[in-house]
Amino acid sequence: MAYLDHAATTPMLPEAVEAMTAQFAVTGNASSLHAAGRRARRTVEESRETLADALGARPSEVVFTSGGTEADNLAVKGLYWSRRDAGPDRTRILASPVEHHAVLDAVDWLGEHEGATVEYLPVDRYGRVRPEALREAIERNPHDVALVTVMWANNEIGTIMPIRELANVTAEFGIPLHADAVQAFGQVPVDFGASGLAAMTVSGHKIGGPYGIGALLLGRAYSPVPVLHGGGQERHVRSGTLDVPAVAAFAAAGRIAAERREWFAREIGGLRDDLVDAVRTAVPDVILGGDPARGGRLPANAHFTFPGCEGDSLLLLLDAQGIECSTGSACTAGVAQPSHVLLATGTDPDLARGTLRFSLGHTSTQADVVAVAKAIGPAVERARTAGLT
Amino acid sequence: MTETSQRPRPLRVLAAMSGGVDSAVAAARAAEAGHDVTGVHLALSANPQSFRTGARGCCTIEDSRDARRAADVIGIPFYVWDLAERFREDVVDDFVAEYEAGRTPNPCLRCNEKIKFAALLDKALALGFDAVCTGHYAKVLVNEDGTRELHRASDMAKDQSYVLGVLDDRQLAHALFPLGDTLTTKDEIRAEAERRGLAVAKKPDSHDICFIADGDTQGFLAKRLGKAEGDIVDESGAVVGSHEGAYGFTIGQRKGLRIGTPAPDGKPRYVLDISPVNNTVTVGPVAALDVSALTAVKPRWCGTAPTGPGTYTAQLRAHGGETEVRAELLDGTLEVTFTEPVRGVAPGQAIVLYDGTRVVGSATIATTQRVTAPA
Repeated sequence: MAYLDHAATTPMLPEAVEAMTAQFAVTGNASSLHAAGRRARRTVEESRETLADALGARPSEVVFTSGGTEADNLAVKGLYWSRRDAGPDRTRILASPVEHHAVLDAVDWLGEHEGATVEYLPVDRYGRVRPEALREAIERNPHDVALVTVMWANNEIGTIMPIRELANVTAEFGIPLHADAVQAFGQVPVDFGASGLAAMTVSGHKIGGPYGIGALLLGRAYSPVPVLHGGGQERHVRSGTLDVPAVAAFAAAGRIAAERREWFAREIGGLRDDLVDAVRTAVPDVILGGDPARGGRLPANAHFTFPGCEGDSLLLLLDAQGIECSTGSACTAGVAQPSHVLLATGTDPDLARGTLRFSLGHTSTQADVVAVAKAIGPAVERARTAGLT
Repeated sequence: MTETSQRPRPLRVLAAMSGGVDSAVAAARAAEAGHDVTGVHLALSANPQSFRTGARGCCTIEDSRDARRAADVIGIPFYVWDLAERFREDVVDDFVAEYEAGRTPNPCLRCNEKIKFAALLDKALALGFDAVCTGHYAKVLVNEDGTRELHRASDMAKDQSYVLGVLDDRQLAHALFPLGDTLTTKDEIRAEAERRGLAVAKKPDSHDICFIADGDTQGFLAKRLGKAEGDIVDESGAVVGSHEGAYGFTIGQRKGLRIGTPAPDGKPRYVLDISPVNNTVTVGPVAALDVSALTAVKPRWCGTAPTGPGTYTAQLRAHGGETEVRAELLDGTLEVTFTEPVRGVAPGQAIVLYDGTRVVGSATIATTQRVTAPA
């Protein structure tokens, strides 16, 4: 079995499993005032400090959520509402067109229901937003921009965005910038404090932590309008009883992700390079998606377009041989649509149907690469016979 | 002769799973027979509806999920394939065009011909599968020389060979119908599903056209073809009513005519003829529906085409009865004479010819000859 879909979810680290199971046996609501509550609270706050440390943030800047999707929604909707409340003219949202659907659909929803004007920033053929393009978009009317949202690294094609440079531009105009860093955390240096970001999304299960936990890193100057109202936990920004076992496990995974980041980039990045070489050797006309420069893309991401193939066909053929990967595009009722990311980079829609994303992770080995090297050639040949239906 | 579903050699089988009970049990039986089965749900609507509306279709997200759960229980891989574009071109657009031309199409038959045993089968074969498996009630028998025969299901009440009558020898060679030799009631199929732990056991049957989820064919056509008011006339040509589009009628239809003036004989009137050219619908007494002969085009044969005239039994619509005919292929057109006149034959429908239980072939009805010609 070759599991090469770590960008979808990656196996939990033993340390995270241990931290989580240890907490299952402990009673205590972190909001309670008695001893059990204080004990739970202590675990949460220690975890918050650990995560803050791993991400270059202050503990008070870590707002726990139920995952990346909720953190994205809180950032985009909450910041939009609070900025508009403070200045009714601020209704323009600038977003990259290659965002995850958690951002894209939240932004579109604001456009449809909350009077927002959504403007998608131009990207180059690697899906990257240039600081000049952001500046140009803002300068058309700096006073009506509510927020800017650009992901740190793309989940499909792995392209890394120039977040620091983009934040320099938004800072000039006093506009908050949010970045979805779900894929970046653990793979590239992510320092919230140095980034200049107003808000940043991270998720537990993409870094070896559990499902159902994530965080919005939120600069102390920002008070987004809550999406969830209730008991006033998490700076009154995100109500809801804290999931202590998940928080503890997330922190354990986050600490390790930060500690092993250089090892990950070197070792897993090396395996990724081998995988790209192997696929190129087996299928000479394959097109590598995203930035070909090593420094411009996530070390664990390999994205390919196979001309004349249906990604679905390739997935089925590889799955039958125990190789698990993704077509890299979002699904509607399990039906693959041409990826909005590829379309944004100017890829022909027919070509965009023939994509596969291999994403490596902390359990990947040379054997996984060998399995792909062996299977990909015949699979592509067969998928080409089946053609595009 | 042996049945394909009992062939000993394990096949790589692609099971088309609609989310209904029949296709789920068929896939389960194929897997149990030792075949290497992969389930696939065909997404046939570009905009699948989240929830079931009205009668059950096979295009909702819920159907897709039901199919996936069935595959989980059977323990086979499962995928959703998007054939919406092909389905729209080959089935839905054809359906609308046929009605527009005053004919009455059978979209299920068209789907079997163009989608399940063409687009899907071709893709399956290219990907290394040997056969496509469906939950149809029909039998494929293998002759000594390797050729295939399509037969009615063991249980005549559930037989669906009519909608498979368009399949040729090559298509039959790669078709697997594990329910074809079932001599059990639908309740027993449901019981089998229950026994196998398939949650679709209690799901209601689908009867309607899958892409018209609310069952309102008239409304569906009106949305696509627009309203075109015209006259309803009797056999003498006298105007007896009006309609909002001649395409919305089927020969033999009685309900929904909304004719104000009663017929001279006081008896109900039926649609006798639809003329899309002058947008007129002709109505008349039931006796005027009797047909003595017909011609049919685009014949397809399960095996070699018969030469010379022959006597067959014919089926003229899904769930229709059998009737004896003489048929002959002349210059690519099938000329059919009925031993006894039949009622309510609509151009566009398929005529499927049988020799006993064996499907000989099918063709699309083009013209009919009435016992009493309309004035």
